[in-house]
Amino acid sequence: MTETLFKPGHTACAGCGQAIAARLVIDAAGKNTMIANNTGCLEVFSTKYPESAWCVPWIHSLFENCAAVASGVESGLKYLGKKDAINVIAQGGDGGTADIGLQALSGMLERGHDVLYVCYDNEAYMNTGIQRSGLTPTTSNTTTTPPGSASFGNPRPKKPMPDIAAAHGIPYVATASVGYPQDIQKKVKKALSIKGPKYIQIHVPCPLGWRHESSQTSEVAKLAVETGLYPIFEYENGQLIPRKIASVKPVEEYLKVQGRFKHLLKDAKGLKEIQSVADYNIKKYQLKAQG
Amino acid sequence: MKQFLEGSHAVAEIVKRCRPGVVSAYPITPQTHIVEDLAQMVSNQELNAQFVNVESEHSAASVVLGGEATGVRSYTATSSQGLLLMAEVVFNIAGMRLPVVMTTANRAISAPINIWNDQQDVMVVRDSGWVLFFAESIQEAVDLHLQAYKLGEDPDVMLPVMVNMDGFILTHGMEAVDMPSQEEVDRYLPAYKTTYKLDVENPLTMGYLADPDYYLEIRYMVQETHAELLGKIPHLAGEFKKTFGRESGGLIQTYRMEDAEQAFVAAGSVCGTIRDAIDELRAKGKKVGLVKIATYRPFPKEAIASSLKNVKEVAVVDKSISLGGFGPFYTDVTSALSSLGTAIPKTSGFVLGLGGRDIRVKSILDVYEKLSGKQVDCAFIGLKQELLAETE
Amino acid sequence: MKGHMTSKPGSSVANKTGSWRTEVKPKFLRKNCIACRMCVYICPEGIISGEGKNMFGCDLDYCKGCGSCAAICPKKDIEMVSEDEKI
Repeated sequence: MTETLFKPGHTACAGCGQAIAARLVIDAAGKNTMIANNTGCLEVFSTKYPESAWCVPWIHSLFENCAAVASGVESGLKYLGKKDAINVIAQGGDGGTADIGLQALSGMLERGHDVLYVCYDNEAYMNTGIQRSGLTPTTSNTTTTPPGSASFGNPRPKKPMPDIAAAHGIPYVATASVGYPQDIQKKVKKALSIKGPKYIQIHVPCPLGWRHESSQTSEVAKLAVETGLYPIFEYENGQLIPRKIASVKPVEEYLKVQGRFKHLLKDAKGLKEIQSVADYNIKKYQLKAQG
Repeated sequence: MKQFLEGSHAVAEIVKRCRPGVVSAYPITPQTHIVEDLAQMVSNQELNAQFVNVESEHSAASVVLGGEATGVRSYTATSSQGLLLMAEVVFNIAGMRLPVVMTTANRAISAPINIWNDQQDVMVVRDSGWVLFFAESIQEAVDLHLQAYKLGEDPDVMLPVMVNMDGFILTHGMEAVDMPSQEEVDRYLPAYKTTYKLDVENPLTMGYLADPDYYLEIRYMVQETHAELLGKIPHLAGEFKKTFGRESGGLIQTYRMEDAEQAFVAAGSVCGTIRDAIDELRAKGKKVGLVKIATYRPFPKEAIASSLKNVKEVAVVDKSISLGGFGPFYTDVTSALSSLGTAIPKTSGFVLGLGGRDIRVKSILDVYEKLSGKQVDCAFIGLKQELLAETE
Repeated sequence: MKGHMTSKPGSSVANKTGSWRTEVKPKFLRKNCIACRMCVYICPEGIISGEGKNMFGCDLDYCKGCGSCAAICPKKDIEMVSEDEKI
């Protein structure tokens, strides 16, 4: 049996990107870590009573308040004089972070708590059945933004959550992807070495919600990055540090392996719009490698 | 030593002496003075606590949930809309058996918006599993906070406790208060110690998913604990009286009930006004008394039934209303009285004082007039007829 | 009365999710493995381990058969084979 702080036996779907990322995060953080977790896939599949996959102190309260609960945990540890030796991580999905949880997150960041917030971004409310969230990309087919005669899927762009976090003036913000697992662990370790509020958003494909094979999780995640649709970068004290793309791929390569974008493939106008999102990201986050 | 204190300040003083480690609140009238006083105490190093200025009541309750989960005594206070906003966290805290203590400065609920006192806010979380105390005076509010921590943190209880005090009337009123000293509080209330906490040496999972195979029993356990509290709370009040020399809290308190033929039932500061009305009525030869609800949850049904069993007519005074139904105290009292079988007194429900409408001795005398008339389930007292003409 | 207040750490191991597999399971060929550990990183159950080249394997008691390990191996040293095949 492997030495991990996130044990098997949990009921994540086969190939679940969030399960991969959650394990990478806690194993990088180590056993002197406390986690406050929002309601969502991860919480549900890892803690159905009496079984728990977690080998660190872990608490779940509600859907939108892990950042506030983590603020309370951090405050309790500060009162006990134990905060310096113990990491506090608040974690939730894209909906729980950018929509219903935005207020609590913003408050935690603004107050400067020494907490790492990890957002597992599978781009929809997956736990409740693939409904659209503020981080669902444009045109994505979800159960509440289905394409039809009057719609081409989700009409709105992704909320720029990492930039919103960075706008609070916090010392460290990063995006990461399950396509680059070692990068996730490096960033978690880096974040935890910094005092103050930190935000890491990890792209985690969902085979069920995105409609791809369970074995393709890593491939899909990599394509999102290589097309520029999921920009990988850090903000260290506000300074942008991009992860350059060695060879930029056209967006079709990413879209065609997922059922949630199937309706776009015959729509030249739609494809152009998505390509322009990718191009915008590449420019804004300086993702093109030199030469 | 007696000090002449504003209610909010008295509460802040006693909370300070209880030595909470995490304090978090969001401003809402009329709770504000309590929290402002605590902030000043922290900033003067009179209180060693993490004071977390949150961005909403939902987060205030979540912060104290998190703080309590690390094994640190925590405190918050709110009113009205704030209590409603944090309602799901309030249920969560009780379901997770975390012994947080909260002050609710009772205030009316929107809409329309109204900042003055009634008891509607706490009724929204009546079912949450929190122990609910009601203070009649500032002294009692002070005493109940001490009792709240002691009761909630009892390892056989492990439930959160709310001290209800009427907004403005008690929070902004002034009274000569006997404030327990720090030494007395330290003797009465030891430091909070528990193994039920987040601890890297013993990494437990808190707040799990309970499916239909488990949920029923877990909720039953909270209900059972409330039943056990019906024995513990009188003991707590008795012990408090022995230690501090005065009666405070308990399940119910009675006034001139020994030979009463008619009785009022009420909770909170209105009981003071009712006592004055009773004295006036007694002077005229009327045999009337008061049963004061000091603990609303657990509901002391036996104590109430037994205190009213020789009474012919009962008036329940509610400062809240379940719209479309009855006053909450009325519903619970009539339910308790049903155990008296054929000896159930004629019980009427009266709604007074919503939105801070002043309740004077005259208002209680009006209730008394109606009490001996036809039985009513839910009569509003003091309505201004000229405002009841339909407009628009 | 109180009880069921917490769950024990790692108690999920009681749930042998290997029973989820119906069709395929991973076979570690142990011929061309370079010990890059990508399979270890990517497994959603975290059940792949090994000490060095050609020494990696997984705990079939928990493997859900997702195929991520076989898909990621740069040396194609992991194959998804029929559930019935004896390994």
